[in-house]
This record gives sequence, structure tokens and C-alpha cells, in this order.
Amino acid sequence: MSRISFLILLLGLYAPSLLQAQIDSSLFKRVENKDSLKNTMNMDAVYNRPMLFAGRLPVSIGGYMEANWQHIGVDGVSEGHQFQFRRFTIFMASTISKRIKFMSELEFEDGTREISIEFAALDMEFDPLLNLRGGIILNPIGSFNQNHDGPKWEFTDRPISATQMLPATWSNAGFGLYGKRYSNDWMFGYEAYISGGFDNTIIDNEQGKTYLPATKSNADRFEESLTGHPLYSGKFAVRNNKIGELGLSYMGGVYNRYMDEGEQIDDKRKLNVFAVDFNTTIPRLNTFITGEWAWINIQVPENYIQKYGNRQYGGFVDIVQPIWRRSIFGWDNASINLACRLEYVDWNVGRVQETGDKIGEDLWSVVGGLSFRPNSLTILRLNYRHQRNRDFLANPPVLLGGFSFGISTYF
Amino acid sequence: MMKKSHIVIGVIVALIIGVQSCERFEPKLPPEDSLLDGPMDGLNFAEMQRFLDGDQTFEEVFTIEKGLGPLFVANSCVSCHAGDGKGNPFSTVTRFGQIDATGNQFLHLGGPQLQNRAIPGYDPEVLPAGATYTRLTPPAVTGMGLLEFVPDAVLLSMADPEDRDGDGISGRVNWVNIPAFIRPRSESGSKDGKYIGRFGKKASVYDLLQQTVSAFSEDMGISTFYNPIDLFSGMPIDPEIATQKVNNVSFYLQTLKAPIPRNQNDPEVVRGKALFTQISCSSCHTPQLKTGNAPIKALAFQEFYPYTDLLLHDMGPELDDGYTEGSATTAEWRTPPLWGLGLAPDSQGGRYFLMHDGRANSIEQAIELHGGEASRVRQNYRSLSPGEKESLIKFLKSL
Repeated sequence: MSRISFLILLLGLYAPSLLQAQIDSSLFKRVENKDSLKNTMNMDAVYNRPMLFAGRLPVSIGGYMEANWQHIGVDGVSEGHQFQFRRFTIFMASTISKRIKFMSELEFEDGTREISIEFAALDMEFDPLLNLRGGIILNPIGSFNQNHDGPKWEFTDRPISATQMLPATWSNAGFGLYGKRYSNDWMFGYEAYISGGFDNTIIDNEQGKTYLPATKSNADRFEESLTGHPLYSGKFAVRNNKIGELGLSYMGGVYNRYMDEGEQIDDKRKLNVFAVDFNTTIPRLNTFITGEWAWINIQVPENYIQKYGNRQYGGFVDIVQPIWRRSIFGWDNASINLACRLEYVDWNVGRVQETGDKIGEDLWSVVGGLSFRPNSLTILRLNYRHQRNRDFLANPPVLLGGFSFGISTYF
Repeated sequence: MMKKSHIVIGVIVALIIGVQSCERFEPKLPPEDSLLDGPMDGLNFAEMQRFLDGDQTFEEVFTIEKGLGPLFVANSCVSCHAGDGKGNPFSTVTRFGQIDATGNQFLHLGGPQLQNRAIPGYDPEVLPAGATYTRLTPPAVTGMGLLEFVPDAVLLSMADPEDRDGDGISGRVNWVNIPAFIRPRSESGSKDGKYIGRFGKKASVYDLLQQTVSAFSEDMGISTFYNPIDLFSGMPIDPEIATQKVNNVSFYLQTLKAPIPRNQNDPEVVRGKALFTQISCSSCHTPQLKTGNAPIKALAFQEFYPYTDLLLHDMGPELDDGYTEGSATTAEWRTPPLWGLGLAPDSQGGRYFLMHDGRANSIEQAIELHGGEASRVRQNYRSLSPGEKESLIKFLKSL
């Protein structure tokens, strides 16, 4: 289907609500999250979103957008002023009947260059500890993959380790179970899915390094799993309302096509990803800290080029300090925050076979930020990034730096 | 309390100043003389476009879908020549199967180059039993267009194959067969259907187009219009890369700037430069050459300082690996240009890998490995005082 006809179809689906909005916007009712922040975990992020519903329409809708200006230079070479419309995301949710829900997330990236269904799943609750989810699911690896909405973050760019080392946003057709249980201040949850997965491009791509997101460019992956094996992903998370949340997650399976027409054409190769994530708010200071760290192990053919490494690790930590919360320009409860993000990724852990030297191929980055939130749904953010990238041989690093300013809001 | 209007004005002024001055907060351009990449001066608009297109292909990572392999050594040009500089043993190529001017006896077994890597599902080549071989570290690729257009007559004038001047240094050209797709330069003379080679460690490559086509084929396993042969099967196949891209890479190599020397007024460097000539390093590492006519205006009739004579010299048994190309003997190596020597660690992972196979980890070690015709010069170096040696090394690092 062409993009234009797809857009027309989408417009058709939304037409009733749009027409109502033109008549009387008060017909819309904003659905705030029923759970207080204290009662939510990262795994709830797909539902923990503001939604609108109109009259008796059985579908509630919502979404968010992100737009940026940036001026970034690399080793003294700048592309000047760049204006970007990064994302326009639409949520549609429906409670089909008691304890049966449907939620979807449709994303347009960089205008209409990339259109993808990031999430579209049916949830059936048999018990709070036993829910069935099926459809296009977000694999629960780390925290960012499921909790990625732009307005939630103080930075114009998504974390590099979460989007380029881990492939956020990473979703696949699949099924699984999840559940959650509360007990006073304690809460724990689990998720376990089987889904479609990766392919050979993770070690054969134009990045020239092991690159899990390469699979996302395979347009057929929601229809055909080239390996014939499921990708297993699961997460266990525990939260204490006074301490914070800790998540441990795993994703793995066979990633290469090793059978064709019933014949074995290659060795079976696997990958394993482990991640730990956490978040907490320091009492009194209200400093919010969140981060994740992941380790990736991949079986790479012995005689292949070592630029495609068999081990990677990296992560990020965000520290957000509210410095002013009051009525600003008439917005009650507006806030101004200082933020800092530290990131590190080692794309290729190991030593060069020929020399014994440590492989470079890494980056670290520090991003400072100042944000203004007129309300809980909208953010204006100014960031400065300083980043160093080293090549495979660990030659002098390439320096990247510059400012970006962005707006992002739920609607 | 500050008035709201003051805040608004303050924010607007800060924004205007910020947007106008944001470039000041970005990483600065490294000094021009610390970089090897970049175009030479004097290219016109069209030439600059071709340079940029070639640069893009030079940095392109080739995948299986784009024709990589099945057997290969590297998956991009830049993986062997980071920053257009010298390579590291990681990207060393192994060449095998030829011991004299009669030609390569192992072409039917995968010669002359070993493809030591393979895409998933394939096995790489292994050295055939009985084949002599050498390992070659990728050279820097800067300033090569200037080297290409030094007239053959200049090379022949520097050659002294019989050592008639009695200085112990002979130097001769390598007469090589050239592929059918190469159109010889008008000034090139031939001898028995062979032409003077000037690129490659054995001076067995005639020009940069031949070098480019050979690299696509033998280094990356990518067939071209010029050489549409699949290395794995030995069969003709369709070109796997657009001919324009191949031509652009060749053009890019022709028009990369020459390395810019540094600290030339430093008294120690000046002293080292004098010692370089005094102990006869310059007998082979000829400081200055001049191009003749060239199809690219910026390359024509240019004086430049590569510190090479582009000739073959017998370097003695220490560097004799028992492998050769063209009419060179196994102990003969082409004088490598010394320009950019001081910047080699920036592309070799922070340290030196010098000589043809990277066996020397310092300039001093490299000098000590000079035997054969260079024995006397090496002896001259050994007789220098420690201070003089230091000056000489400093000069070499300034290149």
C-alpha cells in the first residue's frame, strides 16, 4: 500500500473523532492515568499514557510528537542549522470488554520517511498475575524500549545505547504472558514473550559493526521469521515505592537463516542480551535517576571480519533535578529541570587478533539539559551534547558536539 | 521580582545570541597539517563533486547484498586506510606464489592474494603448500595523484641499475604487464609490451585505476566492469558496483592532498633534515619530485615532497620474504614515500607499524631493518650521536 493511500485510510479511521473535535472540543474527555505514579512500573508504560475519548466512541486516542532544532559539529565540520520533525505517534486504545483491552501505537518518523506499528496488542487478563498479550509487542529488554515516549524524557535524542546497541524501539509479532502483584510498598512484575526476531543483517550491515537495529529495516519481519525460531524475551522487575525499581531482562535466540528449502546452509548462531535497569527518586531533593545497562553476546563466524564483534555492552544514566516548580506564565505547577545524561557504548569488546591491542569502536557522551514543563504532558528542552567516538583501531577519537532544542508533547 | 516582560526579552535575546554563536561551542577543526584526508587545492566544482562522491564510496561499508565476498580481506576501503593513512596488521594482506619474473605459479590456487576472510557459510582461503608469501600493510593513500603523474622519464633518470655512480645504491624501475582496461599515459614508454609500475610495495601497479579495481576485486571480492570475475568461482559475473563509483574512488585517490609537513622551522627538525641528506637517506628517499602534464589541472607540473624515488631497491636478506611481483626480485622493494610518516600512529591505532609488513614498531627499528643497498646508509645512521639521531627522527616525524 502506498504511503499516501495509507494516510488516507488512517484519516478515514480518525474522521469521526476529528469531526467531533471541530464541532466542540469539550466533547473530548482526557483520560488521566488511573494508577498513581507510585503504582506503575516500566512495564506499564504502554498503558500509562494520557488518552482522549469522545462521547460514546469505544476507542480512546492519544499520541505525542517531537520536533527539534539542532546545530551539531563533528571535528569542526558542522551541517549548520537542522530542523527535524522526529516523530508523530498516535495511540489508539479500546476496552473491548471486561479485562480485554487493545492498545496500539502507530509512529511516523522523520515526517513520513518511516511509518511503523510499534505496538498493537490484545491483552486478556485472567488474573492480575496472568495476562495474555498477543499482536505486535514491545520486547521487554531494558526499560527504554517500553518506556520511550518523547515527552517523558528531558533530552531531544534517545539514548544511544538503547536505540543503536539495543534496538529500541524494538517490537515484533508475538505472544506472551505478563503479570503484576502489589503488597504494601512492594510490587513485582514479570513479562515473558516469544516473538519474531533478528536476522543476518545484525552482522552484515552498512554500519560495519554488530548492529542489532539493522533488522528493523527488514520490512517482511512481521510476516516471516527467517530463522524459524522464536526470539525469547522476558523481564522480572521489582519496585519499592520508597526505594525505586529494578528490572532484569533477557532476550535471545537464533538469529541467522541456517536452513533453506529443507537443507542446512549454515551453522545455527545465537545471540543473548541481558539488561539491568533501575529508576529512583531521591527523597526531599526529588532528584530522579534512571538508567539501564546491557550486555550482548553474539555468535559470529570465526572466519568473518572481526569488525563485527561478538560482545557489546553499554548503557546510560539520566539524572533529572527539578529546580523550580511553581506557576510560570500562568501555567500552574510548571517546572524547570536541570538534567544530565551519561552514555557509554562499547560496540566491540575484545582485542584485535593481529596485534593484541584493545579494540576501540566505542563512544561516550555527556549531555547536559535544561527543560521547561508547563504541565505534565509537554516539554521544552535545551541540550548540549559532547561525544567521543573511536574507531576499531582506537585511533584518535572523533569529537561531536553541539546544541539542540526540542519540543515534545502528548496530545 | 523581575518583571515578566524582562524575562521574555531576556529569553529572546539569549536565544538570538545562542543561535548565532552556537558554532563556537562545537568541537574545533583539528589543525590541517594533522590530517591526511582532504582534497588538494585547485579543484574546480565538478572535480570537487567527484572527489566527494569518491570519498563517500571510499568510506562505504560493503555488505553481502552489495557484493562483498564470498571471500575477502576487508569490507570497506577505509577499514584498511583509516583517515587515508597507513594500515595496521589487522588489515594486512598476504600475497603469495611468485618468486621471480616468470610470473605467479599459484594463480590456479587463488594467487596472488590470500582472501583470509569469508562471509558466513563460506571458508576462507588458506595458503597453498609450497607457496612463498609476504604480508603487506596498507599504505597511506594521500598525495598519490602527484606520484601518478611524475613522468616515466624522471623515474628512468633516477634509476641506476648498474650502480654506475658507485654509491652502492642502484635503483631500477619495475616493468610490468598492465591489464587491458588500462589506457597508458601518453608520456609512458613501453618495453616488450610492459610499462613502468609505480604503486604497491613492489611497484607492480601502473596507475590508481588499476589499484582501485584490484582492491575491489582482491580485497573486497567485488567484481567491476573492468574486472568482472568472481574470485570465488573464477567465473565471469555481472559487475557488483557501478563503474562510476569505481572511477570516483580512483579520482578521489588522485586528488587527495599531499601530507603537510609540520614544525619545519624547529631547529632540531632543520638539523635533522640536513642529517637526512648528509647520511644519504635522500639517495632513495628523494625529497622532491615534479609532475608532468596531467588531465587534472591541479596535478599538472607540481613540485612536491614525497621522499621517494618510486624505484626498486634491493633491501637485503632481512627483508627478503621470497615473494615478488612483476620483474622485481624478492629482495627488492619500492622506496616508500616518507611524507605523512609522523601521522602514521593516528591511523595505526596509536603506534607505529612500519616497513612492508609492519614489523617495525618505531622509526629507529625501521632504519635498522634497512639492509642491502641501504647498508651503508644504515651504517651512517649508526655512527650518528644520540642527539643527531634524535634530530633525524624528529625531522622524519615532522613529515
